[in-house]
Amino acid sequence: MRFAVIQFGGSNCDRDTHYVLSDLLNIETDLIWYKERLNRDYDAIILPGGFSYGDYLRAGAIAARTPIMNDIIDHAKKGKLVLGICNGAQICAESGLVPGTFTTNISNLFICKRVSLKVKNNKSPFTKNFNAGEVISLPIAHKEGRFLVDEVKGSGFSEKENVVFTFCDENGDNGNSSNPNGSLHGITGVLSDSGNVLAMMPHPERASELLLGSNEGIKIFTSMRDHIENSKK
Amino acid sequence: MEYTAKIKVELKTGMLDPEAITIEKALDNLGFKASGFHTARLFTFKIEADTTEDATIQADLMCKKLLANPVIHNYSIEVIR
Repeated sequence: MRFAVIQFGGSNCDRDTHYVLSDLLNIETDLIWYKERLNRDYDAIILPGGFSYGDYLRAGAIAARTPIMNDIIDHAKKGKLVLGICNGAQICAESGLVPGTFTTNISNLFICKRVSLKVKNNKSPFTKNFNAGEVISLPIAHKEGRFLVDEVKGSGFSEKENVVFTFCDENGDNGNSSNPNGSLHGITGVLSDSGNVLAMMPHPERASELLLGSNEGIKIFTSMRDHIENSKK
Repeated sequence: MEYTAKIKVELKTGMLDPEAITIEKALDNLGFKASGFHTARLFTFKIEADTTEDATIQADLMCKKLLANPVIHNYSIEVIR
């Protein structure tokens, strides 16, 4: 099993993510500079958080059009896993890997805090190790995280199929008061129609060991690992 | 021939524009009473093309591929010689 973490100019969660995968989970993981392209097969690719290209034009817009993204789109078309975290999620949306877009928070402010999330779908390759409806706590740190999607024009977007995480309060209730950035229906983790790409604004790699206050995020990476192991049997 | 293109990218009508709301509040603090702000982005550039139509088609492709996000944006193109 081999993972890759892609580094763009301005990525800054690449090494944290690499640490969680290689040091905590003993998964062979390559850090790939975006100019190198993908020259071998990977089981999963992570697009990490950060501020690629200084968020110029729109967050993730420039990185989404770099040549390595063609390799990542090909990888995704084979049904292999892609996880976009924060800026990586914005890149996934900008490249069309997942439906919708992440735009400026309703407050126009950068928000950095720990939030509660509800696991809306625990059947995905990324959430198999969670219970259905489980409430977890992960940090967010973004200014452009307000998820929007065109629900009307037959985009195929389905709240039931495509939504993996929503903001909620500690009791698991969804409501405006628990929605920090104004995302549509509090959505902050969105799955591709094919189910093998997850774009999420919260940072699981920043909550993967108790030293940092929570290790609930590591279940996303162990879910991916277990999914890949099972699919190889 | 060289053409000059102007592309305006703006949020679709009715979409929340947090930046505009913030600017409106700041202007209010300065004593200006103005409302209905919205922000837009203007791109201007030179482009080589045989005809105005060809230049417009190239600019439209730029919008579709990079400059605008179809989920949230409308855009308009002006091409002059």
